[in-house]
Amino acid sequence: MALRALTNVKTLGRLRHQQIRGLQTFTLPDLSYDYGALEPAISGEIMQLHHQKHHQTYITNYNKALEQLDDAIAKGDASTAVKLQSAINFNGGGHVNHSIFWKNLAPTREGGGEPPHGSLGWAIDQHFGSMEKLVAKMNAEGAAVQGSGWVWLAVDKELKRLVVETTANQDPLVTKGASLVPLVGIDVWEHAYYLQYKNVRPDYLKNIWKVINWKYASEVYEKECP
Amino acid sequence: MVMASVTTIASHLTSTFLYAPEFCRLSQSLHTSQRPCTRKSVSGTISANIDLKPPPYALDALEPHMSKETLEYHWGKHHRGYVNNLNKQIEGTELDKMSLESIILASHNKGDILPAFNNAAQVWNHEFFWESMKPGGGGKPSGELLELINRDFGSFEALIQEFKLAATTQFGSGWAWLVYDLEDKKLVVLKSSNAINPLVLGSYPLLTLDVWEHAYYLDFKNLRPDYISTFLDKLVSWDAVSSRLEAAKVSIEGK
Repeated sequence: MALRALTNVKTLGRLRHQQIRGLQTFTLPDLSYDYGALEPAISGEIMQLHHQKHHQTYITNYNKALEQLDDAIAKGDASTAVKLQSAINFNGGGHVNHSIFWKNLAPTREGGGEPPHGSLGWAIDQHFGSMEKLVAKMNAEGAAVQGSGWVWLAVDKELKRLVVETTANQDPLVTKGASLVPLVGIDVWEHAYYLQYKNVRPDYLKNIWKVINWKYASEVYEKECP
Repeated sequence: MVMASVTTIASHLTSTFLYAPEFCRLSQSLHTSQRPCTRKSVSGTISANIDLKPPPYALDALEPHMSKETLEYHWGKHHRGYVNNLNKQIEGTELDKMSLESIILASHNKGDILPAFNNAAQVWNHEFFWESMKPGGGGKPSGELLELINRDFGSFEALIQEFKLAATTQFGSGWAWLVYDLEDKKLVVLKSSNAINPLVLGSYPLLTLDVWEHAYYLDFKNLRPDYISTFLDKLVSWDAVSSRLEAAKVSIEGK
């Protein structure tokens, strides 16, 4: 698959899309690293399935739901429009969350795992005591997510404060607070780790920190808390 | 022909039904081995330490449709983990003297869920799941079960379609069920998320399929629809479903 330069923060919000009948739909964003580049923390097999199958399926189903919604709205079919909301939430949320996730990861030779040194590093120490304590908290909350979901480090852009949150299924972080901006999200759906770590989610959580892209997290943080 | 989505928690059971002798009989009939069925009010009863019940077949007996490796992890790690964690949670509490089904209902607490619920329900769900399959499974049901299927779904094929739809569209982790609605006295397909099971809805479970990703990822990766089809074509035990239907009707008549 193609290597590409890291998308900068400004274009993050503008997910790649194409126009069909005036409706903006979505395509799978490229990773900026090879599937195998995050080993041994996350296997190439998982990265490929996760990106090419799971994320792609969310996009395919999101686009389909959007087209159906577009249709229902045009016809004034309110009950169909409402019925489609869960498919839009699930699949749209899946697309939003995974697009962030790929940017949250980086190969160690490109800085993955390197802790933040600027204002984000300072804020972590201030708020959690240390990076180790933040990691322990996120690992505990990530392990405790029942079923499928995500664990997040976020900044509340109103309160200018760091927060650890979890979301269920593919609920995006904003469902826990409109002012929450994701800095680091870790997917704890079983598909994110099962082939490699099987039932031992805590081992996955312990290892993923080796490939967390703190450079990206810092950029997002500094934009919200300049 | 109703497919209901069990995402909100609503208990239709009254507390009198919970601890009535009829409910104990219902719970005993759901399992092939006897489980101590004690009532809270009876003193001096044996502590109901929950067991890790093995599937009624060897771990490789469902191959090639469900691998030995999957059973080793799914039963040996996931199911075992729920059992161990539940026992740790209930030890020394009043839940420790109750049957598994009673623990589920007590910890479900009419929707105000207590910590033991997740583990208790998942222990029950997994036992029920192993017993919903057999080597050389699949085929078609017969007798009264088939009659009711035709009556309530129109045809066996229609039931299969509805069950497949429930299992495919249960988003995230959860289960697909065929149940006998005790009030309306009809077959219904349900789906539920995470650990929720029909016991907390007053329905009598007849069949379940685990659609948590750990149930199929080693064998099917992301292809949940293939897993669902394989379950229905090659693994489902319609005999078990028929027995459970019989027990469901007996439990109603016994009231």
